[in-house]
Amino acid sequence: MGANQLFRLGTGGSVDRGALLHFTFDGRGYTGYRGDTLASALLANGVRLVGRSFKYHRPRGILSAGPEEPNALVELRGGARREPNTRATMAELFEGMAAVSQNRWPSLGFDLMGVNQLFAPILAAGFYYKTFMWPAAFWEKVYEPLIRRAAGLGRAAGVHDPDHYEKCTTHCDVLVVGAGPTGLMAALAAVRSGARVVLCEEDALLGGRLLSDRRMIDGRPALDWVREAVAELEATPDCRILPRTSVFGVFDGAYGAVERVADHLAVPDPFQPRQRLWRIVAKRQVLAAGSIERPLVFGDNDRPGVMLAGAVRSYINRYGVAPGRRAVVFANNDDATGTVADLHAAGVAVVALVDARAEPSEAVRRMAEAAGAALFAGGAVTRVQGRLGLRGVEVTDAAGRRHALDCDLLAVSGGWSPTVHLTSHHGGKPVWDEARAAFLPPERLPPGMGVAGAAAGAFSLAECLAAGARAGAEAAGDAGFQTSLPALPATEEESTAVRPLWRVRGGRGKAFVDYQNDVGDADVALAQREGFRSIEHLKRYTTLGMATDQGKTSNVNGVALMAELSGQDIARTGTTTFRPPFTPVALGALAGHHRGRDFKPTRLTPTHDWAKEQGAVFVETGYWLRAQYFPRAGEADWLETVTREARTVREAVGICDVTTLGKIDIQGPDAATLLERVYINSWKNLPVGRARYGVMLREDGMVMDDGTTARLAEDRFVMTTTTVNAAKVAQHLEFCQQWLWPELDVQTVSVTEQWAQLAVAGPQSRAVMEKIVDAGFDVSDAAFPYMSCAELTVCGGVPGRLFRLSFSGERAYEIAVPARYGDALARRLMQAGAPFGIIPYGTEALGVLRVEKGHAAGNELNGQTTAGDLGLGRMMSKKKDFFGRAMAQRPGLVDPARPVLMGFRPVDRAARLRAGAHFLPLAAEKTAAHDQGYMTSVAFSPTLGHWIGLGLIAHGPQRLGEVVRAWDPVRGGDIEVEIVSPVFVDPEGVRLHG
Amino acid sequence: MRINCPHCGVRGAEEFAYHGDATLRRPAADAAPEAWADYVYLRDNPAGRQRELWYHAAGCHAWLVMERDTRTHEIFSVTPARDVALAGGGDVA
Amino acid sequence: MWADRYSIVSVLAQALRGQQGWKPVWREPEPKAEYDVVIVGGGGHGLATAWYLASQHGITNVAVVEKGYLGSGNVGRNTTIVRSNYLLPGNIPFYEHSLKLWEGLEQDINYNAMVSQRGVLNLFHSDGQRDAYARRGNAMRLHGVDAELLDQAAVRRMYPHFDYDNARFPIQGGLLQPRGGTVRHDAVAWGYARAADRRGVDMIQNCEVTGIRVEAGRAVGVETGRGFIRAKKIGLACAGNSSRVAAMAGLRLPIESHVLQAFVSEGIKPLVDGVVTFGAGHFYVSQSDKGGLVFGGDIDGYNSYAQRGNLPVVEDVAEGGMALMPGLGRLRLLRQWGGVMDMSMDGSPIIDRTPVEGLYLNAGWCYGGFKATPASGWCFAHLLARDEPHEVARALRLDRFASGHVIDEKGVGAQPNLH
Repeated sequence: MGANQLFRLGTGGSVDRGALLHFTFDGRGYTGYRGDTLASALLANGVRLVGRSFKYHRPRGILSAGPEEPNALVELRGGARREPNTRATMAELFEGMAAVSQNRWPSLGFDLMGVNQLFAPILAAGFYYKTFMWPAAFWEKVYEPLIRRAAGLGRAAGVHDPDHYEKCTTHCDVLVVGAGPTGLMAALAAVRSGARVVLCEEDALLGGRLLSDRRMIDGRPALDWVREAVAELEATPDCRILPRTSVFGVFDGAYGAVERVADHLAVPDPFQPRQRLWRIVAKRQVLAAGSIERPLVFGDNDRPGVMLAGAVRSYINRYGVAPGRRAVVFANNDDATGTVADLHAAGVAVVALVDARAEPSEAVRRMAEAAGAALFAGGAVTRVQGRLGLRGVEVTDAAGRRHALDCDLLAVSGGWSPTVHLTSHHGGKPVWDEARAAFLPPERLPPGMGVAGAAAGAFSLAECLAAGARAGAEAAGDAGFQTSLPALPATEEESTAVRPLWRVRGGRGKAFVDYQNDVGDADVALAQREGFRSIEHLKRYTTLGMATDQGKTSNVNGVALMAELSGQDIARTGTTTFRPPFTPVALGALAGHHRGRDFKPTRLTPTHDWAKEQGAVFVETGYWLRAQYFPRAGEADWLETVTREARTVREAVGICDVTTLGKIDIQGPDAATLLERVYINSWKNLPVGRARYGVMLREDGMVMDDGTTARLAEDRFVMTTTTVNAAKVAQHLEFCQQWLWPELDVQTVSVTEQWAQLAVAGPQSRAVMEKIVDAGFDVSDAAFPYMSCAELTVCGGVPGRLFRLSFSGERAYEIAVPARYGDALARRLMQAGAPFGIIPYGTEALGVLRVEKGHAAGNELNGQTTAGDLGLGRMMSKKKDFFGRAMAQRPGLVDPARPVLMGFRPVDRAARLRAGAHFLPLAAEKTAAHDQGYMTSVAFSPTLGHWIGLGLIAHGPQRLGEVVRAWDPVRGGDIEVEIVSPVFVDPEGVRLHG
Repeated sequence: MRINCPHCGVRGAEEFAYHGDATLRRPAADAAPEAWADYVYLRDNPAGRQRELWYHAAGCHAWLVMERDTRTHEIFSVTPARDVALAGGGDVA
Repeated sequence: MWADRYSIVSVLAQALRGQQGWKPVWREPEPKAEYDVVIVGGGGHGLATAWYLASQHGITNVAVVEKGYLGSGNVGRNTTIVRSNYLLPGNIPFYEHSLKLWEGLEQDINYNAMVSQRGVLNLFHSDGQRDAYARRGNAMRLHGVDAELLDQAAVRRMYPHFDYDNARFPIQGGLLQPRGGTVRHDAVAWGYARAADRRGVDMIQNCEVTGIRVEAGRAVGVETGRGFIRAKKIGLACAGNSSRVAAMAGLRLPIESHVLQAFVSEGIKPLVDGVVTFGAGHFYVSQSDKGGLVFGGDIDGYNSYAQRGNLPVVEDVAEGGMALMPGLGRLRLLRQWGGVMDMSMDGSPIIDRTPVEGLYLNAGWCYGGFKATPASGWCFAHLLARDEPHEVARALRLDRFASGHVIDEKGVGAQPNLH
């Protein structure tokens, strides 16, 4: 088995050779092993061409073995689970994996868009800003559609994601980011002190570079040490290890991380999320994120077969795969010795070691000799052969002689860049260190963060272990634990010397800095020539670093090239700001369960189940679901139903759940004073047992809310608010009594959800109430007139509150019982009302009834209206101060030309009105200059038999009887309406009183 | 941000509603219109430390006065607004 | 027009010369001792102001002083949307003027800013929202602005990927402005800067204003990191930092600085054609020409100068995205950033004189600044040149707060974080 894995080494690696897995790439079947990534499995099968680049559609292979991969992006899985732009280097192989290449047509090997390479001389950075301007109309019609189709890489599934995601929060003393030698040491030091530790590792396995490099610790293979360290951490209950977890952002007080729970499986197990978002709250954090190797910039450095040296070692040592048969190593640092050694040990012929430094170290010389590799000191790769896969290179030696070398693998290393991204998420700027040729973490780190190991520029294993131990102990100490430094294991000597080589001169072909976005050294030079010299301009003009790899392999090279061209040092040139996320994060994970019907919470009224039994149609009112109307068999449409409901209330009796209106309990000796200050009208003289309608303003003088407040006792009120403003008004009252007037002895609390409240409205309502209230309570008009309130018992001992209020203009009551009795109360009311023809009615009929009565509601209380606009100006007390009074006097708010609430009826009574129509004088042109207001609410009035509306119109009260145009072009409406009183039914209020 | 509510302990800022500058003083009822317009509309809007009002909407419903740096989001103190108000708007001993 | 004009001819010619002949898009001059106008802020608005001062009013002795690099403010950190679908008469003519200027921008400044009118659609989810959008659409039509009210079926035809069948707040329809769309944001700054530079305007980068010198009630110049620069008139166009700079002249503004986050996903093949705003959550989205979905939501909600936001809003935005387009789950967020907004007390901007003579204010753009760029520059240039407001910016006065003539589109009052 696995015979087709021709590049799989005979031994070595931590893949499970007993677990053979089948997968396909571009429809062709291959095999690999558990423990492979898609990238290592492809390499094992000799597949080197994996993708096409963004702009030129250049053939691309696998550059790296980690999250920094710019080239090997594939569409993984299929159907609804299709994941575009997935890095093959991060995709753990599973049985049946299907991957296809992206951004090519018709095939990866023969891509017609490859013609873009011919136009490369034109397609320089920013060329599109200079052309495609003529003719103007062609942009959307011709140029842009072509560009849009060509751009983008993979295809999104487009259909609903079948997997689910979850979010959770965890707290700890020390968060360690990265589980390489530094992170493991830090975690060990912290847990040994007793600190609660969370250890996050992006990889599936812990160990970091130790998984990929053949190192010795304490005289034994380093992986033994890793195994023991992990075992100790796993055995510590206060340590949570999160593998496959990327810490992507440092936010205020919390780190964001995403755990790929099931991405290594074909589909998640039942009830298992695909991914999980972690919000990690940690007292201290140790960043041990390691470093990322830089490529070298030379002509055709993007050919499949050119690979980062560290990745070459990963494929050999971790995956047991030879990324080639004949290798050339091209580097500017001592780290290359390890690469030569590992290639040699794996049986890969090392043709040459090209060391850009004129005087490589002794270690380098010895290693080249040992591996039988020609050493080109001070040399450079100046040409690359092989379009779809590397066939050879040309090396120019220090003396300028050229050497053609056959090879199928070119391992490159330009040095290592500390993974400092998270250190600058709070705005700190990384600092250039010339000696280490690297950007180091900024001085101002996010609060609580320490950085250790390669992430801080300490590249040797010994330094990493020591720094990790120190950082872990310090973090635990800062978090309040007694700590001591753990003993440091012994390591071999190593050299990490590097001398920057930012660009190979005199080579041929395009030299890429940012592979994925096809940004070459010539583009950087062009940006410099055109004045885009700020590093942010460079990024934005050339798109350097803006691809899905976020510039992990390209930023430093780009900065260095710009510095070189501008004749200033790298420190002054600076780097672009690193922002979250460190690595791209699935939107599903950030959303968690909040999608579909669970997007937001659903609040149900106490009578919801009962209403459902009655066949109610429900409507969203904020988070509430309210019964909108109750259709009956045979009714043609909603209008017929609503008309019947409203008519029944006017003629008999109906009930409606009004629980959603805000209810605020106000208690204390100064309760009346508080009301006096927040409402525009007077409250002190309201007797116990009575209720009153009130209006409150914002401080800017506009209406905030309205509602009825009842006085249950001298020092006890219950206020009702509109449904939408319930929380806002509660917050406002707290503001008033805690902040503005703390001297008042009063407390307020929202009791909206504690009480179920039902309106019982209609001429027969009293008859129903008589059957509901317990014996001894008198609901006669004499004893309980309009605007009365009382605490009582109903239905045989259930505590209740009864209010004689009316939104409909009919005799009506609102009865409140503890929420748990709401359902029963609705049923009892229906029973009691059956002889009187009682029906349930919904929010639509409620709206019809209130429009007939000219009451303002949400559409009129829209935050843009004054009390005067709503015809409530006379309620504003002149005898007292109240919230919003001062600003309500401003000229703009008392302007007599402000539109005022009026009623409207169609001249042609058969015509339908629409809210949102604007009012224009009949003969006027349809322009803004003649805009006089708009229709706020409409209803079909069962009482009048035609449509009626409320609306705001300039000088309304002076224009009674005038006919204007209600213009509604977005719905094709243009009808004549007459301005009338906003009270359409029973203007004298006779029916209210019964 | 994480806010140390004096009543509820440390909670995520998403539980709180922001109101704004806590150094503003509501003018007297008979103050000049300009004083009212300044109070309602003008703000120092400092880049640096600011005393500001927050409301623990998803918690104890307390109004709080916080001192916070608008450049770094660092929080220096959290005090019940009622205590601040009773102390005349200044620091609470 | 100037000699190094951009065209397909120049692009081809340079291709043959290895791109060696392009000139710098702007000079890097030393500041002169005195200018007729100094504009504080080299963002979109400041640069547009400079261009229109030069091209419309013949005023070229102008400096734009910028503390960072040109376009480093909100013109470089927004979601690139342009539209004029406003509700109130104080705003509509202004934003419509802006949209008209966008429509001719590229020919005007000889720079392809990729103005792309693929339509802006605001979704509604209830009868009340529908009527509110009808009111808005009708108001737009009264101002001669294009607006169409679509029903659910029409929205579904345009955007089949949305959640129509399992939504918490089902989509009922939308208000479409076909002429709305997107513009390549950085290119706007660069194009205006290049055009203004060619007319002689000095663009002075890395030059932070540290003080405004006021003599006898009149602003006479700005102190900068590169010395004092005298000016006959000073225009502030530094939204995000308006309060800080105005304070240098002793002014307090009706503005709070807040952070607004924006997001971009990995690039994908075309999925979202126009701009869509979700009416039941904080989410709006478009797709850039490079293929990334560009989206955003609500401001973080507290005063901030930090240019970065926090995770709760990131999650809130992602939730809105998934509620609207449940297929986004496997798409990845690539980058996020935060911009500091001038949140004004009524949610609308200010272009006006100030109580300090010679000092002019362009501020309070909330999150509407990018779409306003051309009209803002046009009207600010008009004000600076003629000392009187441009017709379409008459309502954007500084004294409207005291007089009560506020322009409060959302009706939430003097609470900037709710606008």
